[in-house]
Amino acid sequence: MSPRLRNIAALVIFGGFALLPLLAGMLGESFLIVIATRILAFAIAALALDLILGYGGMVSFGHAAYLGIGAYAVAILQRAGITDLTLHLLAAIVAAAPFALVTGAISLRTRGVYFIMITLAFAQMAYFFFVSLSTYGGDDGVTLAARSTLLGQPLLESDRVLFYVTLGLLIVLYLLALRITQSRFGRVLTGTRENPVRMQAIGYSPFRFQLTAYVISGCMAAVAGVMLANQTEFVSPALMNWHRSGELIVMVVLGGIGNLIGAVGGAVIALLLEEFLSRFSEHWPLFFGLILIGVVLASRDGVSGLIRRIGGAK
Amino acid sequence: MSLLEVRNLCKSYGALTVTDDVCLSVEEGELHAIIGPNGAGKTTLISQLSGQLPSNSGKVRFGGEDITRLVMPQRVRRGLSRSFQITSILPAFSVMENVSTAVQAREGSSFRFFAPVASEVALNDQARAALARVGLEDRTDARAGSLSHGEKRQLELAIALATNPRLLLLDEPLAGTSGPEAERLIRVIGSLKGEVTVLLIEHDMDAVFALADRISVLVYGRLIATGTGEAIRADRQVRSAYLGEDA
Amino acid sequence: MTNLLLLQLLNGLQFGVLLFLIAAGLTLVFGIMDFVNLAHGVIYMIGAYLVVTFAGMTGSYGLGLLLTLPATLLIGLVLEFLIFRHLYDRSHLDQVLATFGLVMVITEAVEMIWGAAPLTVSMPEALSGSVPLIGPLRYPVFRLAIIAAGLLTALGLWLVITRTRIGMRLRAGASNRAMLSALGVDVRKLFTLIFAFGAMLAGFAGAMVAPILAVDTGMGESVLILAFVVIVIGGIGSIKGAFAGALLVGVVDTVGRVFGPILLKAVMDPSAAAQAGRTLAPMLVYILMALILAVRPAGLFGQKS
Repeated sequence: MSPRLRNIAALVIFGGFALLPLLAGMLGESFLIVIATRILAFAIAALALDLILGYGGMVSFGHAAYLGIGAYAVAILQRAGITDLTLHLLAAIVAAAPFALVTGAISLRTRGVYFIMITLAFAQMAYFFFVSLSTYGGDDGVTLAARSTLLGQPLLESDRVLFYVTLGLLIVLYLLALRITQSRFGRVLTGTRENPVRMQAIGYSPFRFQLTAYVISGCMAAVAGVMLANQTEFVSPALMNWHRSGELIVMVVLGGIGNLIGAVGGAVIALLLEEFLSRFSEHWPLFFGLILIGVVLASRDGVSGLIRRIGGAK
Repeated sequence: MSLLEVRNLCKSYGALTVTDDVCLSVEEGELHAIIGPNGAGKTTLISQLSGQLPSNSGKVRFGGEDITRLVMPQRVRRGLSRSFQITSILPAFSVMENVSTAVQAREGSSFRFFAPVASEVALNDQARAALARVGLEDRTDARAGSLSHGEKRQLELAIALATNPRLLLLDEPLAGTSGPEAERLIRVIGSLKGEVTVLLIEHDMDAVFALADRISVLVYGRLIATGTGEAIRADRQVRSAYLGEDA
Repeated sequence: MTNLLLLQLLNGLQFGVLLFLIAAGLTLVFGIMDFVNLAHGVIYMIGAYLVVTFAGMTGSYGLGLLLTLPATLLIGLVLEFLIFRHLYDRSHLDQVLATFGLVMVITEAVEMIWGAAPLTVSMPEALSGSVPLIGPLRYPVFRLAIIAAGLLTALGLWLVITRTRIGMRLRAGASNRAMLSALGVDVRKLFTLIFAFGAMLAGFAGAMVAPILAVDTGMGESVLILAFVVIVIGGIGSIKGAFAGALLVGVVDTVGRVFGPILLKAVMDPSAAAQAGRTLAPMLVYILMALILAVRPAGLFGQKS
């Protein structure tokens, strides 16, 4: 995707979201804002995943774990009497970083199929960890007493404010991710995806760069978890079910990997599709799955190739 | 003291010995060629010297330092770079990016997350210089994957040069090229003499004898002779083992 | 205490052989075809559902089991023909997406056919009792039968792989895929065979546990991920590794859940030990995996790449 096209897409998507509450107000459909906030939170997670999947070539099947870590950071701090959103975000990042560092360091000793399975296994480990926290409802999860506070005020209790805060975070993280991919670090990361041996032959040790990217990505996904917990006011291990990790990959791929804004668009497409299909049938995953298989099989060079062809780009 | 000292280097896969007790020294400033029939183990030797392949036994000293146990990126940072027989580039990157990524590896930290790398003048200038050297200065914006084979070989050489090596290991730089393409590459390699020490593997004998100060002959993993072009041409053992002539 | 340990060891062994049946086919698919298959767990689930239905139709669990085997073999063949064979030369990402989609489709389809409520099937009369072990300790015959069936299957697989032509090809393929076609093997046919046979083994596992578990649509998922852990521990493509890994995971998981808290109580106060035990026990196999990978990135029996 050319930089120009990407900027246009970003403007359209973010601009559209910014105007959404107006539309919802006119239609009198306030639930639109609720759905849109959920989409935005997932878009943050998809963006995080694209950073390592699209740019680093690391197919992580465990990113839902970071959603969970972020969400539980809210629940746990709240019980300790800490309600401030910025502190929740900080705690989520501080908790996600070491988990990403340790599991990433082990996963990155391996390649390909191994990497996929190991990230999946570690996410499942995190899942069981939170299932065992009986003080936080175990399997059933826990309902939050209230949303996080902002500047000491319960501002996020307004769906509209929560929506705009989430949108703001998404835009900031998008710009941050964009800068990272265009930096020295981003170039090494992308180069390693392209040809690791070549990168070693000019003096880079790929591991450190991949691991750093993995940690950054995990922390970003934890931010998404904080916002998701606030949106639903409910936290449970179901958030880190392996299906969730799969859905994040689906989002990134549907939107086109390796250009960041595609991941955001993919989150919109995937969740709207889910919303749409679930109106028709309680068995919507059947149709979602069929669409997924169809899309992959229909395109010889993969889903991204199909998107490229539909998009008419080279 | 030689720039590169190889002592009793061995590599085997099971019962198959690919590098057999190789001793070799490369002097500062010389262009040293290694020739040998197909399957002599030349690429394996280069891979061992560059640190891509671990050796079973033996020692490698570079600039007086024992580098036997160092991996490839560590050796590159000490000034020991290689090019690949089978072109190894970053296909989705532009020609310029391919080379400036190599410059970046030795110029400052790569743990910089915010400043756009594409507008770093120092990197681009040095990359442009390396590209000009191999004659690719007009193709800086092309996608590396879209280059012709000959251009890719030029790029391969430019990338290796951009690491600013003290010793350059060139693994068949002319592979797959011919005519003017090959001549251009030969000129570039010749121009490196006196500036960079080069260890060259090449099948094109005319090029080797024209370029090399000294030549070593590798047959079945063993180094059977080292000397000037004339000495090698006259060596009976070389003629029988390599050129297939009766002694 | 010894009795409890023996009991849990047997339970762990039973769980282990089950994991082996699931992991055996999967590790070959990963190793020989370099193919990521997330849909293996749902075949196990289908095996359980089919045995419930077939046992209901025939009035006999044994007959139901006999019908389930060819049925899951057939399902494996059909899926390979319709979907998997089009994905062999694709990226891992595409394989992940398509098989993930397949998991959604099959899980949902099973729920539409059999309903969301868990099902049960009764075990055959002859195997429903228990036998004395030591002293007052008794162990269910059916679980012993599962262990025996699993070990026999493992033995059979071992014989096939070490003593037959096709086994030789499999071993060659697992360590070097290019060699397969060089040997003039009809790779496509071999792949189809591995898939279908792997599906049957998973279906067999599902059918065997159906009488001692609630059969529901979630049963494939936890087992799938544990099978991944088994394969990673054992080394991709290695049947021997899958066997060792499966028994290790089965025993560590089962014994750890019971003895973890007991051991912890020796070093900390009971309530803290109970919580720590509950937390650590389910994580144990993943920690085991991490430790093994830290020492041997290619797994216990994996080929170093």
